[in-house]
This record gives sequence, structure tokens and C-alpha cells, in this order.
Amino acid sequence: MATAVVETGERETYLNREYGIKSWLLTVDHKRIALLYLASITLFFFIGGFFALLIRLELLTPAGDLVQADTYNKLFTMHGQVMVFFFLIPAVPAVLGNFLIPLMIGAKDLAFPRINLLSWYLYIIGGILMLYTILAGGVDTGWTFYTPLSTEFLNSHVITAGLAVFVAGFSSILTGLNFVVTTHRMRAPGMTWSRLPLFVWAHYATSIIQLLGTPVLAITLVLVVCERLFHLGIFNPSLGGDPLLFQHLFWFYSHPAVYIMILPGMGIISEIVCCFSRKRIFGYQAMAMALLGIAVVGFLVWAHHMFVAGISVYAAIIFSLLSYFVAVPSAIKVFNWTATMYKGSITYQTPMLYAFGFVGLFTIGGLTGLFLASLGVDIHVTDTYFVVAHFHYIMVGGMVMAYLAGMHFWWPKISGRMYPEGWGRLAALIVFLGFNLTFFPQFILGYMGMPRRYWDYSRAPEFQILNVLSTAGATILAVGYLLPMVYFLWSMRYGKPAPDNPWNAAGLEWTAPSPPTTFNFDQQPVVSWEAYNYDEIKQEVPVAQ
Amino acid sequence: MLQNMPFWPARASTSANNVDALFIFLVVVSALMTALIFTMVIYFAVRYRKQAGRQAEQIEGSHALEITWSVIPFCVFMVFFAWGAYVYFRERTPPPNSAEVYTVAKQWMWKFEHIEGQREINELHVPVGRDVKMIMTSQDVIHSFFVPAFRVKQDVLPGRYTVAWFHPTKAGTYHLFCAEYCGTSHSGMIGSVVVMEPKDYEAWLTGGGNQPLAVTGERLFSELGCGTCHRTDTQGRGPNLVGVFGKPVLLEDGRTLTADENYIRESITDPSTKVVRGFKPVMPTFQGQISDEQLNALVAYVKSLGQAQSTQTGGKSMAAVTPETK
Repeated sequence: MATAVVETGERETYLNREYGIKSWLLTVDHKRIALLYLASITLFFFIGGFFALLIRLELLTPAGDLVQADTYNKLFTMHGQVMVFFFLIPAVPAVLGNFLIPLMIGAKDLAFPRINLLSWYLYIIGGILMLYTILAGGVDTGWTFYTPLSTEFLNSHVITAGLAVFVAGFSSILTGLNFVVTTHRMRAPGMTWSRLPLFVWAHYATSIIQLLGTPVLAITLVLVVCERLFHLGIFNPSLGGDPLLFQHLFWFYSHPAVYIMILPGMGIISEIVCCFSRKRIFGYQAMAMALLGIAVVGFLVWAHHMFVAGISVYAAIIFSLLSYFVAVPSAIKVFNWTATMYKGSITYQTPMLYAFGFVGLFTIGGLTGLFLASLGVDIHVTDTYFVVAHFHYIMVGGMVMAYLAGMHFWWPKISGRMYPEGWGRLAALIVFLGFNLTFFPQFILGYMGMPRRYWDYSRAPEFQILNVLSTAGATILAVGYLLPMVYFLWSMRYGKPAPDNPWNAAGLEWTAPSPPTTFNFDQQPVVSWEAYNYDEIKQEVPVAQ
Repeated sequence: MLQNMPFWPARASTSANNVDALFIFLVVVSALMTALIFTMVIYFAVRYRKQAGRQAEQIEGSHALEITWSVIPFCVFMVFFAWGAYVYFRERTPPPNSAEVYTVAKQWMWKFEHIEGQREINELHVPVGRDVKMIMTSQDVIHSFFVPAFRVKQDVLPGRYTVAWFHPTKAGTYHLFCAEYCGTSHSGMIGSVVVMEPKDYEAWLTGGGNQPLAVTGERLFSELGCGTCHRTDTQGRGPNLVGVFGKPVLLEDGRTLTADENYIRESITDPSTKVVRGFKPVMPTFQGQISDEQLNALVAYVKSLGQAQSTQTGGKSMAAVTPETK
């Protein structure tokens, strides 16, 4: 899809300025790089989704009958690794962030356009290593690489999988670096920090986590590879190492990584709720500070993944307490989005439907996170399907919903075409229903005691009914994800040409043409208004066609 | 009431009641919060939908409101925290007179050894009404001991002991799962916990004819020549081990620690790490030379030394029925 060029009459845009494969592979235009990312993360999303579908089909019956045990273990491992490291983490920042941050702050490009292209190449090298791992026979460590299982007891492709994540990590670090510098240095005259759209604040907070957290994961994976290759005793107790050390290091990154995935989504939702309520965000300052608060406190809660791992009772109590601190800014965000709608003038276009879905599902995901932070309950539900349901509510119900919301909201800007609104609404509804049918039964399964990562549950057939519901939901969800794929592609050729500002939305990106020119703005914009100045934009959202 | 509810796990221990009470409280409070937010979102979406002649009313925000909806949830969260920590603390503190079961997990089975010497694989028999403490280690990777009906879960690590305990309240057969992914047959590393009435349990126990774990340990202790240095007087090259278990130990580097199962285990596998004050690090390591089962027997023996009542069993047995169960 990356090479499909949209005809928009005679006007020159970033899409039709140059043609040919070279003009894409050597581009330093942040918008073209965003499209390169879009194509690549979409590929990985469908690979990871395919694995998920096989997992759900295996669990339709209690016996392990569709695939072998080792195959199943590889499926959930690669589903996790592909989705986390090659879809969820890069998706919003590298596609929408990349495309929109310069447009939103009135810049021509990111601060380091060539490093931006390098990030994509690193991502692709990591992605090729991951694809090689998959094709060569796969890896079955679980996405968490827990030691000493990963370093001594498995014969699968642990090293290439580790390297894949290691290399992709550098792509993430460089994207974060680029965003931090761009936000500091490239803002248009008048675009003060307090006028930044929350989307930019969200990416700024995310970038800080990427910069500070990702190196720790990289080092940890190097240590895993060293122990596996050279038998250095780091994590394996029979070599003098400590397996809990691995878990501390791994979660020191991988818990904040949850916020890498969800904060950009929160930024998207803020833009959309304001636009379709025709209102300034309720409590701009609190919303921006809550993003930073989550990013900072998010670094202090990692051991809540380890309450039954063998850490001391007192450490567990401290980490439980800190986990509740991080819940407060999340609660503020939910309440403030809700308050933004109060006395608004609300319309229900596709992006807004996804935003409604996000607020609801993120609320459920967040509240069930409080169950897991509550030590007494965590003992019972950790490592069960309750955890699986919880983090899918955050990552799929939250992050993927937000990503789809954003794709629909900015698709007219990106492609210069309108997607079909009716199909959009239908897909949003299907995704919402399919999602809940897939994952809500898993909360109950978890409390009943079904452990994660079980290929066969024939000794506990009482788990089957809920698993059947979950698998049924997954097939509905798959349809909901394929639909936008189809109509976005369709709209690139047949969609109605998009006006510059189809939603009458606030924000500098909507003052640029759709699609924008290579350098975004004909003249350097000067900002003299606050973010979300919907009081000055009197026009409503045009009625959907 | 919950016992026969569909989709609710069996409740067969005291902690099951504690965890369920907390869980139900969390469900109710969360359902109220969810209902509040859903109602507001839906109400606003309908009430303030776009209408001819009405414009959105701009509101900057309100610190008072923001403080309200930070402080109230925070207070509710602190209740979640405190209640959760209380339940956890109790689940992590085995009562002093618990019966002890030594557990060795490996890919992909559970091996249990009762203090009386009964050995079981993937099946664990325990009596109703007795506190049971699981002293667990792994021979290879990390596993996790999970009995949903007891609401008990504890990871089992190689190279050290971790501990879980429970107090069964209802006879029956319950699932035992491995809850930490451990390789190919992770989902096959399952078994059952059979909770029996005390009388049936006594009958089961006498069926074996095994020797108590501490006796096995005593034999090993002499076979390995431990007694040459660890003499029962003060003249040995190693510390006298009589009565040492559970007591504070002053180390060469000035630290003091309690001689628990993990310390005794570590002193056998890695004796030079924490040397007792006044002694030289002359003991050879037994790492890799004795199995985890043999280590368990030695630990049980050391624990039995100096315990007047249970010298023969090396720990509290389940047969020693406590007054409350009679």
C-alpha cells in the first residue's frame, strides 16, 4: 500500500512529489516514513493476529488436538513478541506520532530526519530477524524470556528472537530521542508548552520512557544471550546466578513499556473527544501532568509482576502501594474525558465511537489492574486468564481501539481521501462486541483458576464453555479488524477527496492541505491561540455522508 | 452460598474465604465505579448530542472537581491496598506448628515428601483442619504451585526454598496446577490435592511403612561424614547443629540472620557464603553432589536436632493432631 499514490488533481503533495521505490526507501520525509511504518506494523499485526486465532482455535476443545504442545508454546510466544515489540510499541508513535507531531507543532519535519529513517531500518532489521525466527522454527520462551528456562532448557531460536527485540529496541530509542528533541526545539513561534496538543504531550511522556527504559531491556537480553552462549552465571542458579534478577530487570522495562503502549493512545483520545464534543479539554493542565505522572511513577511499580515469584513480603507491600499511586492519574484522565463531554455538542462519527469504546474498555482494564495490585487477590489470579484478560483490555481494548480511532480521525489528512463512514461505524461496533466476547469470559476463567499458557485443559473440562465463547468472540474481532483494512485500501482509490479540515477540528495539522506538501506548511505558522480553541471554531462537524 | 455457584471455584481452605471476601468487595466497588462512568458517558453522549440552535458551552476545567475525583478514588484504592496487604501477609506467614511437606518440582511433575516419609508424585494427601506448610524447590526451571480451591499460589525456584501454606477446610479432590510456564508439557504438570477427613488420613498414612524424612537425613548425615566436624559438643571444626534451627546466627562479617530452611540449604550447597563467626570456611560444597531430595532430608534432620518432641520426625507431622481438630 505504500507505493499507491493518490491523485489529487494538479496540486503537489508529499505523496505525488516523487515516484518509484527509491523515493520511498530513501525518503527522509516524516510523513513517508510514517507510511513505511504503517505498512510494516500492519503486516506484523496480521501475523500476530493469525497466531492469536490459532491459539483460540486450539483452546476451543479441552484436549490439545489442533497443534502439538511445542507448537502451541511457540504460537503464544510469537504472538506476544510480535504484538508487543513489533506492533503495540511502535504503532501509534512511529505511525501517527511520526506523521503528526511536526504538523501539530508547526515544523517542517522531525529534528533528525535521517535518524528517523534509520529507526525504520532498524525496525525492519529487527523484524526480519523476527520473521527468520518464525520461519526457522520459532521460539517458545514466552514473550517474557524467563530464565533459566530461556537460557538453558529450550532448544528453539532464543538468540535470534532476543536479537530481534534488541535491534527493534534501538529503533524505539531513536524515535523517542527524535520526539524529545523535536518537541523542545522545533515548535512554531507562539506554540508554547501550554498550547501543545495533548497528543504531543503524550508522545513526549512516552519518549522519555522509551529513552530511559529500553536500554535496560537491551542489556538484559544481551545477558540472556551471554548466559545461553557462554554459560556465564547471571540468571541460572546452577551457575551461581539469580533467576529473580532477570525478572527485576525485565519488568523494569516491560512494565513502563505498558505505558509506552497506552500513553500515545490517551493522546489520541483527548484530540478526538474534544473535536467531536466541540469543546476544549476539561483540565488541560491536569491532563498533561497526568501523562507525565504516569510516565514517572510507572518506573516504580515493576515488581507487582512478581508478588508470588519469591520476593520479600515487605517489598511486595511497597510495590503494591506504589501501584495504586499510578492508578490515580489514570482515574483523573477518565473523569476528565467524561467531563469534557459535559455540555458539549456531540456527534458520533467513527473516531468518536472508538473513543467511547476506549473510555469504557480502559476503565474496565484499569479497574481490574487494581485487583492485581491488591496483594491478596493477586496471589490467586496472577498467571491465570484473569491477567490475560486484564492486559488485553488495556492493550487491545485501550491501545488498539485508540490506534483505530486515530487512523480514522487522521486518515483524510494522511491519504487525502475520506473512508466510508457507514462501514467505519459498523466496524467499530463489530470490534467492540467481538472484543468483549473474546476477553470478558477470560476474567471469569482466571478466577476459576485456569492458568495461562495451557495447551491442554482436559483435566479441567469445566473451563470449556467460557473458552468457546472467547473463541467465538475472536472470530468476530477478526472480521472487525479486516474491515478497516479493506475500506482504507478501497478509499485510497475510490474515496471522496478529503477537504483540508473534514471535522472542523482545532489543531495546526488541519491547517495544512490534505494530504500535506512535503514541507507541511507554505509559510511558517505563528500560533496565537490555545489548544482546542473550539470556542473560536464556530462550525460544527459536518454531517456524515 | 458461593459453593454451588456456576463459574465459581471450589472453596476448600481458610484463605479461600479471605480471598473471596476481598475479591467480592473489589468486584462490587469496581462495578459501581464502572457503572458511574458508563452512565455519565452515555448520558452526556445523548443529552448533549448535537442539536440545532445549541452550541457547546466552553468550560476550562475545575481544580476542585479534579481534586475530588483524585482524592476519593485514592482513598478507595488505599482500602484495596490495605485489605490486600493484610490477606497477603497472612498467606505469607505460615503458622508455627504447621505440618511440613517437602516439594521438589521438575519438568514436568510434582514430587512430595511428607515428614513421615510418604512420597507422592502429582498427588498430595492432606487432612482437613491442619495447617500445612509446603517447603518447595525446583530441580530445573521456575514452576509455580497453584491450588485454585485453596487460593494459594507460590513460584517454585531452582536453588532455593520458597514456602506456601494452607489450612484445608473441606474434604475433596482439587486441582493442582503449575502456573509458571515451564516448557513443553507445562499444561501436563498438573495433579490433585486430596483433602481427607483426619481419620481417613491417619489410615492412609499408616499404609506406607516408610521411614521418617529426618531418619533418612540422619543416615545421610553420617554417610557423608558431616558429624566429623559438626560434633554435638563445642570441639568440632564446624558449628554444633543441635537446636540451631530457628535461632539467630552471628556471621563472620558481623551480620545476624535467622537459621531457616534456606540458610541451612545454602550452607550445604554454598558453605563459604555465610560462615558462622568463629569458624573457618573449610567446609566443601555439596552442590551437584546430592539431590534435592537428599538436601530436603538433611534439612529435615538438622531441624529435628534439639526439638524435644519431634526428634524422630524432623518437623511437625500431619498426624500430630492439634486440639482444635479433635
